[in-house]
Amino acid sequence: MSAPLLEVQDVSVTFDVARQGSWPWTPPHALQAVKQASIMLEPGQTLGLVGESGSGKSTLARAIVGTVPISTGQVLWRGEDVVGLSAAHQRARGRHVQMVFQDPLDALNPRMTVGQIVAEPLLTHFPDLSKEDIRAKVGGMMERVGLLPALINRYPHEFSGGQCQRIGIARALITGPELLICDEPVSALDVSVQAQVVNLLQDLQRDMGLALLFIAHDLSVVRHISHRIAVMYLGRIVETAAAPELIANPRHPYTKALIASVPIPSPKAERQRHRPVLEGELPSPMAPPSGCVFRTRCPIARASCAETMPAVAVLENDHFVACPYHSEGETPS
Amino acid sequence: MALLDVTDLTVSFDTPDGVVKAVNGMNLTLNAGDSLAIVGESGSGKTQLAFAILGLLAKNGTAAGSVRFDGQEILNLPEAKLNAIRANEIAMIFQDPMTSLNPFMRVGDQMAEVLMLHKGTSKRQALDESAKMLDAVRIPDARARLRMYPHEFSGGMRQRIMAAMALLCRPKLLIADEPTTALDVTVQNQIMNLMAEIQRDFGTALILITHDLAIVAGSCLETLVMYGGRVMEIGATDDVFEAPSHPYTLGLLKAVPRLDVPQDKLQTIPGDPPDLTALPPGCPFSPRCPASHEPCLQAMPSLEGFGTGRIRACHAALEAVV
Repeated sequence: MSAPLLEVQDVSVTFDVARQGSWPWTPPHALQAVKQASIMLEPGQTLGLVGESGSGKSTLARAIVGTVPISTGQVLWRGEDVVGLSAAHQRARGRHVQMVFQDPLDALNPRMTVGQIVAEPLLTHFPDLSKEDIRAKVGGMMERVGLLPALINRYPHEFSGGQCQRIGIARALITGPELLICDEPVSALDVSVQAQVVNLLQDLQRDMGLALLFIAHDLSVVRHISHRIAVMYLGRIVETAAAPELIANPRHPYTKALIASVPIPSPKAERQRHRPVLEGELPSPMAPPSGCVFRTRCPIARASCAETMPAVAVLENDHFVACPYHSEGETPS
Repeated sequence: MALLDVTDLTVSFDTPDGVVKAVNGMNLTLNAGDSLAIVGESGSGKTQLAFAILGLLAKNGTAAGSVRFDGQEILNLPEAKLNAIRANEIAMIFQDPMTSLNPFMRVGDQMAEVLMLHKGTSKRQALDESAKMLDAVRIPDARARLRMYPHEFSGGMRQRIMAAMALLCRPKLLIADEPTTALDVTVQNQIMNLMAEIQRDFGTALILITHDLAIVAGSCLETLVMYGGRVMEIGATDDVFEAPSHPYTLGLLKAVPRLDVPQDKLQTIPGDPPDLTALPPGCPFSPRCPASHEPCLQAMPSLEGFGTGRIRACHAALEAVV
């Protein structure tokens, strides 16, 4: 069996945060944004990463791209560890891993034309290309993402949110990456435009054999686009499974609560649902609960949960869950 | 008699790019204790509609038409008279609870101020009342929390404080503008439950303004769909979701992925949300509408009643919307 495209093994990311009112020489507080996260991505597949704000999903993405330093763990790209590579190697890898960001307008330089924005990665990674080649490539890519090539000399502010997101996607795809990391790519868009971008990403994935790491807080969208889903809570991955399996048969109490919280656009379905409310809110990542991080809000928590961080149990159908009591307590109530 | 009766409301703004019509010929009625969802995307005019009702329009905005609340015309009332209605009769909750709370004031002082200003109660009484209200919106340890500042609360808690503050004077109508958009789903669920409890316990009528069809389904009796400043359709929420009568509503419902029913491919509404400075002469949705034909391009369809209490504005035959 060949190595998967991307393998993230036990990655932790820690940020140093200065304590309030501290002296410059007092040691900073360590904020653990991601703790021992492991994910795997096969070529051409989509892995959805869901979690509430502050769960560490964006930090994990940034750690994979290499824009935040990893404290411990490994990121394997085609079986080869890329943590601690030289800057030149990192840059060479940038060609294969590209990113699409949440706010489409913020992610584009307002003083560059669309043509310049989309061409920029080419200039970095393929400095030998001729002007004509670049122009042809940029035009082709714009057409591919549904932008008129005639708009090449326009500036970002002249485009709508959905079109800006298309520009961001064109820029990410121009170097022919194998992995596209989308960090909340549709959450800033209107509902009617959201579907266009989701469909575009799916089409591009099919045509170009892209692997997608799709990060979003909206479980419905993630369910729609992903083959597998990983659920994050306060820096930990609490459950990973194939998308239909995870939705139909969630095992972690947090996943269950998350699914129950997602509203469904059908009054009939809403009335028939049992919708327990998950009380409380995400604890501060500066002082996460001991043991299992979810225990403070968990409906089936018990004393032992405070002692050790739960080990990841492997169930049938490639289903991973970090809760020792996953087989108990049907629906939290 | 209806609690709120909006007829032919038009809101326009004078901008350097010309006059922008944010709301165009709006009609709606709401009875006491009822709940109405106003659904629309950005630029549909849903927020400006609420601002016009409360007289909160920006300086370059003008509202024309009629807004009757409890039988009294309240549109374009002088500030002093409006202040007697705001908070006392109609209260509003805004999208971002951090920017609508004063960061320099203790939560208790901000809340007490409302009662002292509108009801003339003493500070001590107002603080007592505020603590009770925080308790009602399920903020634990309400007494002690009164002395805290907004930044010491989480987003969901702040939205609860906003709700408590809005309810202090027991208004007859609560307008919630995207109350959960800035919140996570599990917290959104908590706040929507709170909204339902408020309605039940205080008998307050609710207007919920949102872009999210899914939260409407479980929360409001009636739904009004807006696009480009116009009403597309109004009806009982069940009817609107089960049998949408407007191509836009249908398109919206098909464009959102559903957790319970997996789809192969999402159906999209082509094009982009409308540019309010350059609306087409006819129906604002016509450039993106699959059922668009000749009359749609020329004139805005009038609102017509059909079925049981449903209203739609569309030139296409009802049977054509599938």
